[in-house]
Amino acid sequence: MLKFLWGCALLYTSVMKLKILMFGWEFPPHNSGGLGVACQGLTRAMAARGLEIVFVMPKKLDVGAPWARFVFADQGNVSVRAVNSPLKPYITGFSYTNALTRVGIYGRDLFAEVMRYAQLGGSIAEEESFDIIYAHDWLSFGAGMEAKKATGKPLIVHVHATEFDRCGGPMGVNPDVYAVERAGMEAADRVIAVSQFTKDVIVKYYGIPASKIYVVHNGVDDTTLPRGGAAGRLRLASLKASGYSVVLFLGRITLQKGPDYFLKTARAVLARNPKVIFLLSGSGDMERQMMDMAASFGISDRVLFTGFLTGQDRNEVYSAADLFIMPSVSEPFGITALEAMKFGTPTLVSKQSGAAEAVKNALKTDFWDVDEMTNQILSVIAHKGLRDTLSENGKHEAARFTWDDAAQKVENVLQGIV
Amino acid sequence: MKSVCFYFQVHQPYRVKRYRVFDIGNDNEYFNDRSESSLNNRRIVEKVAQKSYIPATKLLIELLKRHPEMRVSFSFSGVALEQFEHYTPEVIDLFKKLIATGRVEVLGETYYHSLAFFYSRPEFERQVAKHRDTIRRLFGVWPRVFRNTELSYRNDLGEWVDKNGYLGVLTEGWDPILGWKSPNYVYRPKGTQNARLLLKNYRLSDDVAFRFSSRDWSEWPLSAEKFAHWLGIAEGDVVNLFMDYETFGEHQWEDTGIFHFLEKLPEVLAQNPGIDFKTPSEVIGTYDARDEVDMPHTVTWADTDRDLTAWTGNPMQRSALDAIYALEDKVLLANDLKLLEDWRRLQTSDHFYYMCTKWFSDGDVHAYFSPYESPYDAHIAYMNALQDLKLRLDKRSRTP
Repeated sequence: MLKFLWGCALLYTSVMKLKILMFGWEFPPHNSGGLGVACQGLTRAMAARGLEIVFVMPKKLDVGAPWARFVFADQGNVSVRAVNSPLKPYITGFSYTNALTRVGIYGRDLFAEVMRYAQLGGSIAEEESFDIIYAHDWLSFGAGMEAKKATGKPLIVHVHATEFDRCGGPMGVNPDVYAVERAGMEAADRVIAVSQFTKDVIVKYYGIPASKIYVVHNGVDDTTLPRGGAAGRLRLASLKASGYSVVLFLGRITLQKGPDYFLKTARAVLARNPKVIFLLSGSGDMERQMMDMAASFGISDRVLFTGFLTGQDRNEVYSAADLFIMPSVSEPFGITALEAMKFGTPTLVSKQSGAAEAVKNALKTDFWDVDEMTNQILSVIAHKGLRDTLSENGKHEAARFTWDDAAQKVENVLQGIV
Repeated sequence: MKSVCFYFQVHQPYRVKRYRVFDIGNDNEYFNDRSESSLNNRRIVEKVAQKSYIPATKLLIELLKRHPEMRVSFSFSGVALEQFEHYTPEVIDLFKKLIATGRVEVLGETYYHSLAFFYSRPEFERQVAKHRDTIRRLFGVWPRVFRNTELSYRNDLGEWVDKNGYLGVLTEGWDPILGWKSPNYVYRPKGTQNARLLLKNYRLSDDVAFRFSSRDWSEWPLSAEKFAHWLGIAEGDVVNLFMDYETFGEHQWEDTGIFHFLEKLPEVLAQNPGIDFKTPSEVIGTYDARDEVDMPHTVTWADTDRDLTAWTGNPMQRSALDAIYALEDKVLLANDLKLLEDWRRLQTSDHFYYMCTKWFSDGDVHAYFSPYESPYDAHIAYMNALQDLKLRLDKRSRTP
């Protein structure tokens, strides 16, 4: 009998699933970029593998309460706790202060708010029971560290982007942000990087030993792709019917994403082939500047700014495009590239991206190489065989990047530290 | 008596440089890369000559001297010979010396190492004739046995060979097609009377060409004694060992012991009175055809599919092939030798092979043999060059 019980106990430990306290970010459609998509894809896939997750995220609540517990019907093992905070991915000190409407609850500037959020994270940790703490990107590293301090549980930080990516290189790096990132990675028991490209940055600029950094590529699957087919509201079909090719940029219109290289390339392409429309889809701090740039190049009639797109509109631009371009100056991964490939859209990525290391069936150039990008764009437009091969092979290849794969790799890392 | 029949393929393409849209209409030179990259044809030919062609040929000359019974055969692409004449004349001199022994047979093929047989029969015949003339000019011999690019073969090539007076033709001895038939006999191509078919024994050939230096292989290291033993116990009339000549020194580096293996093999084989060396013509003259072989679909010696899909498997390869052969009439009418030459150099099969994406995602043999960063880069450079060729054609046809 005793032996039997002992056997049961062994069996129980071997199938016991880990419980994770995760500091993440709002899911689509409330997200403003890849971080929300990645949080959703990964969390769902981890939950589907049987991991239990308490998902904590900042959310501006209508009430003055410090936090609220949400129940999402389709999230299974995930319980969501929203901490009352206006923090958002990609926020800057300036945009934080600008958006601050209610003083009193929130911190008076971004760093004060990050500190406040961190402390709330620590107190949540004391209330919950879990095995591992998991934090996504620097704005939540403080909360992860506080939670570790409060409970002594191991901490994993998942790096989706660093300050070096956001600044497009070492120039202009915010030392306060850098300090938070570095402290988080140093405090972490394991660091997960979205690419080898990012791992190299972490080793080089943050001095973190390579041995504790694990590369887990992002996925793309139907759970995180926009739903509902293409709406046709943008009327791209009629443009194409009149003989235009469509080249798409989709991402935040900000230095990191290289929208200026996109426009320089557009000018060079249009000088040789005027039947091309360049779509800039997204919003960001360089939007105005890009409109002025297009005007100064004299190509305003060939460059369309769609604003930030979601759902069916996003599907429409992906599927209408003859070529998707991600000319990022520094891109830790670039889920949009996988999304485009999944739509069967020929894709060109900068070599300064995680996607470039992850996929083979995409065109690749240096972000600054406007000539080569022009060469490749004109070739894609001119040669149907090239388009068809990129489309077929790209679609096939993108299908192999699943969130379940990513979740499995993450789970292996977690199992290694408990 | 059983015979060992060696055939070595010698080929170097004119690789297209990184030719960009900006070059179209401005630059008529497609093959003159001067960079440190592996698109620099002179650099590649010089490198392979040093590592392979020169030491291997010197060794063969010496071996033929040492072993009066030894025979080998070669097939040279015209574009390779042309590049040797320009970049490494020593290689040509060594081949001349080798062939002058009278114990080396030279096979026929297309001058441009092209797939013209499958796209334009008249162009194919012109390229075969040009190749034959070059072989006669350089080596004073007349090819009597034929091998098509990448050992590609199907029934109608057998018929063509028969009709054009060749003794026979070489191809891959791929067992899913041969069924119970052994590659170690002489066969008759379907629908022919006089021509004969020689089939590559791919297992024994690839033991040398691919597996020789592979430490994962249970038979590594492969000694001449062991290999000679395998040849000795092989059933049949002839063991056809067909491989790239670059096996010696380029695919298998000198430090793998490949030259030593080659040097030792005839010596060990001489100890077996049941084995001799024969060239393809001698094999055909000695052994009767055992049966007819029917190959309605194209067979090649490439990868695990043994078909043409490494050259024609994806839309960009097919569109590039269609585009180049669509120009045939215009090019011939243009009456411009440089244009004709460029058009033909662009037919070399390697260009299409570099565009292969079959196993690209897994990264394998295709990546090794391609000088481009990706199959897409290969396609873009090729199509841009072709675009320039078309412009030149249009200019020619406008000026009377």
